[in-house]
Amino acid sequence: MEEELSVASRAVAVGGRRKPERLPGEARRIGYLYVAPAFILYAAFNLFPLVQGVNISFYNWDGISPGTWVGLANYREFFTDPAIRSTYLHVLELMFFYTFMPIVIGLFLAVVLSRIRIRGLTFFRMLLFLPLVITDVVTAVAWTWVYGTRPAGPLNTMLEAVGLGHFIPSAGWLGDFNTALPAVGVFGMWGGFGFSLILFLAGVMKIPASLYEAARVDGANALREFLAVTLPGLRYELQVVVVLSVIGTLGTFDEIYVLTAGGPGTATSVPAYQIWNRMFNTGQVGSAAALGLVLMLIVFAVTFAINRAMERGGED
Amino acid sequence: MRQRVRFLRRVSVLAIIATFTLTAMSCTPGTTTHEASAPPAPASTGVTETGPLTLTIWDQESGQVSRIWDELNKEFEQKYPNVTINRVNRDFGELKTLLKLAISGPNAPDVVEANQGWPDMGQLVKAGLLLPLDNYAKAYGWYDRVSENVLAVSSWTPDGKQFGTGSLFGYTTMGEIVGVYYNKAILEKLGLTLPTSFGEFEQDLAVAKQAGEVPIQFGNADGFPGIHEFAVIQDQMAPESYLTDLIFGLQGNQLSFDTPENIQAATTLQDCVNKGYFTPGFGGGGYDDAVNNFAKGEGLFMITGNWIVANLGADNPDFGFFVMPPMEAGGPPVSTGGAGFPLAIAASSEHPDAAAAYIDWMTSDHASEMLVKAGQIPLSTGSATSSATPGTVLSDVLNTAAAVTASNGIVPYEDWATPTFYNTLTASIQELMGMRITPQEFVSKVEEDYSEFQSSRA
Repeated sequence: MEEELSVASRAVAVGGRRKPERLPGEARRIGYLYVAPAFILYAAFNLFPLVQGVNISFYNWDGISPGTWVGLANYREFFTDPAIRSTYLHVLELMFFYTFMPIVIGLFLAVVLSRIRIRGLTFFRMLLFLPLVITDVVTAVAWTWVYGTRPAGPLNTMLEAVGLGHFIPSAGWLGDFNTALPAVGVFGMWGGFGFSLILFLAGVMKIPASLYEAARVDGANALREFLAVTLPGLRYELQVVVVLSVIGTLGTFDEIYVLTAGGPGTATSVPAYQIWNRMFNTGQVGSAAALGLVLMLIVFAVTFAINRAMERGGED
Repeated sequence: MRQRVRFLRRVSVLAIIATFTLTAMSCTPGTTTHEASAPPAPASTGVTETGPLTLTIWDQESGQVSRIWDELNKEFEQKYPNVTINRVNRDFGELKTLLKLAISGPNAPDVVEANQGWPDMGQLVKAGLLLPLDNYAKAYGWYDRVSENVLAVSSWTPDGKQFGTGSLFGYTTMGEIVGVYYNKAILEKLGLTLPTSFGEFEQDLAVAKQAGEVPIQFGNADGFPGIHEFAVIQDQMAPESYLTDLIFGLQGNQLSFDTPENIQAATTLQDCVNKGYFTPGFGGGGYDDAVNNFAKGEGLFMITGNWIVANLGADNPDFGFFVMPPMEAGGPPVSTGGAGFPLAIAASSEHPDAAAAYIDWMTSDHASEMLVKAGQIPLSTGSATSSATPGTVLSDVLNTAAAVTASNGIVPYEDWATPTFYNTLTASIQELMGMRITPQEFVSKVEEDYSEFQSSRA
């Protein structure tokens, strides 16, 4: 603190010689110049398309011939089209696998890995984190093989070996209307828990050992210790994991594209897949733009709500 | 002074944001495309340019047909040494997704294989991205080489509002037909003969099922095969003229998909699923796997198009092919099919004459003779159909196609009917065959898509 002060006062002294009226830390115009390269790129590749997207969303446009102005019709469709509603229901179901389960598994493993001392812990950590590092498309292709029916993939071979073969749906896990979405969910869960695990592991190490000692002195058992010390200590990590995984779930696309293409029927269609399909396949670009903007607003709203809820929860 | 500077700065920042926003918002999307201008009449034939030029071709051929294309391309380059062919080969789904983007952007391909119907060619014509071929057709004599029907499925009014009439936008001399392949050994083993009515076909299925054979080899994970299973049944139940008018959209909202015949066809299809007539677990099986399994001898029948002849082996005598038999024995044969993928010229092509010469080359009798060996059906009047050895699967396919064409029994592909029909049909048929919806719900769902599009045209 003292050192910071002295640095600041020196800055005043140095700056004071030339421009006495400028306080240290006050914005200087030259700052814009530093920001400009990044901002220009951001404006050209993010802001400009965003505004264009808003424009397109008011048109009925097939992507190539002149569009016709339809006002808010594309947005009204969001509330009236049952196909769109079902995509959001699918995302809700996926959240169980993409958000809830990775947190549970991540917490469990973080607690276990932080308490036990085994040789080669770093290796196991790396192993658990690996699914997250490999591109989704690559792992998804591998999982089509895992789920495969003809020839039977590892999953079915294993189930048959332990006498549970009759549980395998005849159309395969990804072809059956009831199991396709959970099958995609299990894939996402497998890919997602490494992320929460790493954050939680780092968080657990940050919790002072004295808190655990105090809990033990007070006679807390392992569960009590987890609820009273570990969980509150991981609040910020938890917030990050929830926000990022919820955003990730809302934007799910890769694994649907590779594993099921939204099928069978529309059983695994999700908002981002629906947007892509309308944009590139069925020539409903205006509708795709509107749905994309609505999805963006939903992501904003959900993120904001989660952050508010978790920050308020922490104040108690 | 300081206040004023700050105020001015704020105004200028707002002005920049406003200009930025207005630039992005001001234009109606898609208005930068131009109307396609027809080549002058009479069009010249052959490659007129003498300098070196590159023709970029986008196609979706695969397997043996694709290899024949490579040979034909090489021969074309030899014929016109100043021409280099840059072939871009995509699969069917990829081409569907990428073609509109590619052809509307800079460096567009010169010649493209565009699927007929409202979803693909219709949208390209409406956007003025394809060249009307009438003058080339006159110069090369294309009109006289194939029947009216073949020309109609690639014809549009230049504004893209009417299908089946107007200018010619694509040309092919190869045809397609969807029908029933059968495994001769299994048929013989079960003591069956070829069915002559739809009822007999169903009886054969029952016998095969009883004997523990897979009655119909099928995999529907890809979605499109389901359209063919449904279509060949529907072709026997709904009048052919109704189907053609429905798909071309000739009567607008006057026609509905919600008809007793279509419900009957959907009910029959579900019935076949319930009785276990399709490969177990077909919902998760891929199309290519199904073809391979059928070729390996699994399954009495397989319902698909002539394009798998090369997979089975054109000269293979172990398989046969027939068109789905009519409801009443002796009725005229009707099936889905028609012209194959037509070749079209991009409006932005800088070498339209060379592109037209290329199309003429790929649709010549010489090309047909080579392509027929891969199971392609030659439609041009000049090419011989007798080149196949009798008793082979290829000769069955060619004879069947000739018989159906002769009696005007070809029904266009159903997924051409609206821009979104391919998606609607594939998803709804998966749901129908997965017992998720009833036949009535199925036709209502499809009708919703159909009537929405017809209303938007009116």
